[in-house]
Amino acid sequence: MDFRDTPEEASFRATLRDWLGENLPAGWAERDPKAGRSDEAEARAWSRKLYEAGYAGLTWPKRYGGGGAPYTFQAILLEELARTEAPDHVNVIGLGMAGPTLMAHGSEAQKARHLEPILSTEQIFCQGFSEPGAGSDLAALRTRAVRDGDGFVLEGQKVWSSFAHIADWCILLARTNPEAAKHRGLTFFLVDMHAPGVEVRPLRQLTGDPEFNEIFLTGVRVPAEQVVGEVDGGWAVAMTTLLHERGTLGFALTTRLEVLLRRLVTLARIPDGSGRRPADDPLVRDRIARQWVELQGLRFTNYRALTSLVRTGVPGPEGSVAKLHWSESNQRLTKLALELLGPDAQLDGDGAVWNGYWQYQQLRSRGNTIEAGTSEVLRNIIAERVVGLPRSR
Amino acid sequence: MDFAFSEEQEMLRESARDFLATRHPLERVAELADGEPGWDPSSWGRLASLGWLGLSVAEDHGGAGASLVDEAVLFEETGRALYPGPFLATVGLALPALEAAAKTVPDALAAVLAGERSATLAWAEPGGPRTIAESGSAACTAAQDGDGWHLTGTKRLVPDVAIAGVAVVVARAGAAGGQHRGAADAGDRGQPREPAGATDRDQPQERAAADADRDQNGGAGLWLVDLTDGRAVVVPRSTVDTTRRLGDLVLDATPAALLVTPGEAAPVLAATRLRALAAVACEAVGVAERARRFATEHAGQREQFGRPIGSYQAVSHRIADAYVATELARSLAYWAAWCVASDDEQAPVACAAAKSAAGEAAVLAAETAIQCMGGIGFTWDHPLHRLYKRAQWIDAFEGHGAVHRGELAAALLDGPPA
Repeated sequence: MDFRDTPEEASFRATLRDWLGENLPAGWAERDPKAGRSDEAEARAWSRKLYEAGYAGLTWPKRYGGGGAPYTFQAILLEELARTEAPDHVNVIGLGMAGPTLMAHGSEAQKARHLEPILSTEQIFCQGFSEPGAGSDLAALRTRAVRDGDGFVLEGQKVWSSFAHIADWCILLARTNPEAAKHRGLTFFLVDMHAPGVEVRPLRQLTGDPEFNEIFLTGVRVPAEQVVGEVDGGWAVAMTTLLHERGTLGFALTTRLEVLLRRLVTLARIPDGSGRRPADDPLVRDRIARQWVELQGLRFTNYRALTSLVRTGVPGPEGSVAKLHWSESNQRLTKLALELLGPDAQLDGDGAVWNGYWQYQQLRSRGNTIEAGTSEVLRNIIAERVVGLPRSR
Repeated sequence: MDFAFSEEQEMLRESARDFLATRHPLERVAELADGEPGWDPSSWGRLASLGWLGLSVAEDHGGAGASLVDEAVLFEETGRALYPGPFLATVGLALPALEAAAKTVPDALAAVLAGERSATLAWAEPGGPRTIAESGSAACTAAQDGDGWHLTGTKRLVPDVAIAGVAVVVARAGAAGGQHRGAADAGDRGQPREPAGATDRDQPQERAAADADRDQNGGAGLWLVDLTDGRAVVVPRSTVDTTRRLGDLVLDATPAALLVTPGEAAPVLAATRLRALAAVACEAVGVAERARRFATEHAGQREQFGRPIGSYQAVSHRIADAYVATELARSLAYWAAWCVASDDEQAPVACAAAKSAAGEAAVLAAETAIQCMGGIGFTWDHPLHRLYKRAQWIDAFEGHGAVHRGELAAALLDGPPA
């Protein structure tokens, strides 16, 4: 056990810090925390820069265009990116889900066609799993894929799909065998988002932002070589995707929470008109300290999970622990921030503190316990697969 | 970065778990805890021969030269087994002072390492310091005369004092102790202080002035008192957790050996405190895990309405939450142990975080288990209540969670802006 960087890790971190100092957009640190941080063109340019510097796909094997670095380097990368609040990568689904799934289950041709372009952001990915009638019960999905010559024709609807409006490709689950048991008749497809019959409609979230989308599939032709794994064997492939979704997400989420906590501390130290700081209220102090404890607990739980990832190569179910706890901790933190704002919490936009940054973060946090596995599903996973309790259904 | 225990440490865990399961199954612990003296003294020699007592003591001082990270495994396992002996008191609380005096009082350390003597630490006083953090303001006095040092005063809530062989006592030099004080302390206190509860407590101003004086001078030292020769009066207290009892220690010109010179105890006490916080955090993780396993086992077997109750999410989700809290606490406890072992600058905040989270996680896990087990978990016969009471012991040790969060808040909110 050693929580310090090895000399190699320290040198990687130092190089990375220098690189971030030189390459983040000019005046980045001084920018308003809400406005001017979510520009798509800038995010694309930033993602490209990361790729050119070798920071995209850091842990991917070199033969797929990755850096072949150990997982600890990826953890350092995520920490340092969060520390500087660098722009989000536009291809998080490609990097975190599609890529690892293809490496585990894809054909050589699929790997050659997609992996390097995922890193370079030439191919931006989205995910087509959830449907109006299939959320937590994913295997109940009804999008059909009917064999037609040397391919399939897809018919159906997907929902809650982030990045679909800018995506080139979609990892998508569809039913190929309606006769089989519900987990057995599914197939995992790579769908070209520019193909005829694919229509994307934005969905506006309660924050007002159109962050995710509906995807309508009307007679979309998908060649057979775009099936990942076996026909009717899509469930196992999708499980790999979800494992990676939660397995590697922990670091990014935790470091994002760290940024929020730093901001919360800043907010709590700003005196009001009468010179009082929220940070002088004992109840506020206790709650901020609690947030800090939770954050450190998450951080080191991620690191412990990382060690088992290094040993086994597969993310363990600890990812569910981290995601579950992070989402609830994030909700508490953002709500506390609104309490510190007091009546001003009702303001939004230009007249609000930091242009409504906290108001946005708090509203957005309500999605955290729903997206990427609801808290209820994650508790089931922990109870049944980790703790070993009997199945609930 | 490497966040796992080594192969040797995992082997140590396995052998500890085997030993404790064989010698101290919970039924045996319950039997011991309900009787006198509350433990099996013959187990102590075994702990010595297993090498548990001097694991983190330097090889020069007769120890194994390992670290608190190795001991973390033992604290977790002894917590999990609810081992009723002075292991935390000796290894977690008394060892730093004994090792600090390894050169001057080598016999005391050697006797502990050999398993001949167990030890504890006496820091709290009636109306005086409650925590190790405050213990430098002790009213207990040490006086030096012809044949050595004598301590006078009352110490309270001393862990395992009725079964330990020696006690490390926090006291302040009075009377003829002047030559041992630090220069800043060689001032105005010519008279030995009265034991706690004496008349000067009735004069708050004088007391406050004396406190301020003590705080400024930090003139506390550490002495070793023999608990077996009848010169110190041990008053056992009735306690909630009977697997780790507390007692008072009444000293009246009781002979004592100087371990740490007056004025120099502060760093030793600070190190002791951090070490103890990390140790009880690890213990709490063991307690939490054991309690949560009781709940899991019961919920997997007990059937109501034709199904195991663990298949109902109202039950299983509570258990999942206890698991999550335990795992987060585990991460913090290991981090704290590592920070202390490595003299990392984050040790104080790591220990505060670990202690607050682990104490509360152990209480949560035990309460969850009591609820999930229904009436059975509420009986005296089931060992669960003993885990619950230990969890509460840990939660109360050195202040409940809020006390430690208060320290963290000061570090986060009162320093220069980050």
